[in-house]
Amino acid sequence: MMNNLLKGWRPALVLLLLFIIWEVAVKLADIPAWLLPPPTDILKEAIDGWGNFHEHLQSTIKLSLLGFVIGSSVGLLTAIILHLIPMVRESIYPLLILSQNVPIIVLAPLLVIWFGFGLMPKIIVITLVCFFPITVAALDGFRQTPNELKHYMMMAGANRRQLFWKLELPFSLPAIFSGLKISATYSVMGAVISEWLGAKSGIGVYMTLASSSFRTDRVFVAILFIMILSLLLFMLILLAERFLIRWKRMEDDKQ
Amino acid sequence: MSILTIENVSKRFGDNEVIQGLCLDVKAGEFVSILGPSGSGKSTIFNLVGGLLTPDEGKIQLQNKSIIGKNGSISYMPQTPSLLPWRTILQNVLLGQELQGEINREKAIEMIEKAGLNEFMHSYPHELSGGMKQRVAFIRALLSPQPIILLDEPFSALDELTRIDMQKWLLDIWDSHKPTILFVTHNIEEALFLSDRIFVLSHRPSHVISELKVPFSRPRKEELLLKDQFLESKRTIHFALKGRDSV
Repeated sequence: MMNNLLKGWRPALVLLLLFIIWEVAVKLADIPAWLLPPPTDILKEAIDGWGNFHEHLQSTIKLSLLGFVIGSSVGLLTAIILHLIPMVRESIYPLLILSQNVPIIVLAPLLVIWFGFGLMPKIIVITLVCFFPITVAALDGFRQTPNELKHYMMMAGANRRQLFWKLELPFSLPAIFSGLKISATYSVMGAVISEWLGAKSGIGVYMTLASSSFRTDRVFVAILFIMILSLLLFMLILLAERFLIRWKRMEDDKQ
Repeated sequence: MSILTIENVSKRFGDNEVIQGLCLDVKAGEFVSILGPSGSGKSTIFNLVGGLLTPDEGKIQLQNKSIIGKNGSISYMPQTPSLLPWRTILQNVLLGQELQGEINREKAIEMIEKAGLNEFMHSYPHELSGGMKQRVAFIRALLSPQPIILLDEPFSALDELTRIDMQKWLLDIWDSHKPTILFVTHNIEEALFLSDRIFVLSHRPSHVISELKVPFSRPRKEELLLKDQFLESKRTIHFALKGRDSV
């Protein structure tokens, strides 16, 4: 972990350089702040406006986490059902891919009409963006279980349940975690989009208010915190992965 | 008393007849080998006995009960070690028992110690050499509660020296536990060195062309491999495999 932080200095430096160029460019070209505020202004707004902002941040964090947990559970459950019942897989899998082609922006207002302004339509939006990467990753993991291991388990008398719990599921954990990492970052985005639909608080609400009143600095504050939140969630999954599948890391290290 | 009897078993896949009228039996505490050329349907025989395939004709009985289509009736050691990479050696060894629903940790620990794998008890499979993994796979099969162990060319992927070590190790364990074993191999020496009886299989469609009682007393030492009597038996089997009368 420490190692990774130390390796992180390179991208951090590039980021810092970009900020400096941005700052200098804005100052030199005399760009008005409502068009593009310099990074220092954004930082200042982030600190000064914290009292107002942290409430929004909190509700977005809550919504993303709840949505992520529900979305990934739905994703994993879908994968398990599709895997265990081949007939369902053949008939449903293509439809799942189609579900990812429906633009959320179009679907969101419809969901409000159907379900009102409560938690329900928001969770549905986050679930829609979250479940797919996990379903695909888990299904691939289940399918790639080596035949020799399956053959051994069956010869040794494993029934379908034992085959799944003792072999296929643990074998797929690394793949499932790949899916979880993607979904974790999507869930924050999903939460913000769902807040646009109408909510009392949240980064999405803050963002809409800011952009409609030309407070571009606040829009950037919102973007900054969305990125930080995604990154934190990603790291959380990474930690869980390291804890749960130590054997894989040791095996990879050996190679 | 026969533990396992296979009577007149035939199996075809489409037009391809793999096994035709196969008969063999394994008695309690006996080490029996099936010796056959590659592609003689040895794996099919194991899948039939293991319950993964059902024969078109014939009977397969374990302790006088039909086990056709019943998987898990036998204990199994495959060609590759097939250890689960996320389980430690001890957890892997317990897997066979776990699937049958009865776990004996103490016995497992004792067996791992006897096999000289003490320090690897809580290691993961990737930390072990090929020979050590095969030992673990064999202990796993030995600890499973079924009355017979099927071994499917377990040493074919090992180098020559490791293989001889493993054969000696297997004989040692066999001498002290006397499990009933059905062993598949295409290596004549291996079959002669290890078994009490050998069934020689023909090419496809395979059936038993010769049954041979191995005349050497136990315990067997490595020197046996070079004795005249051993080479004589090897020649007999060689010609049997070639389909000519022994010279």
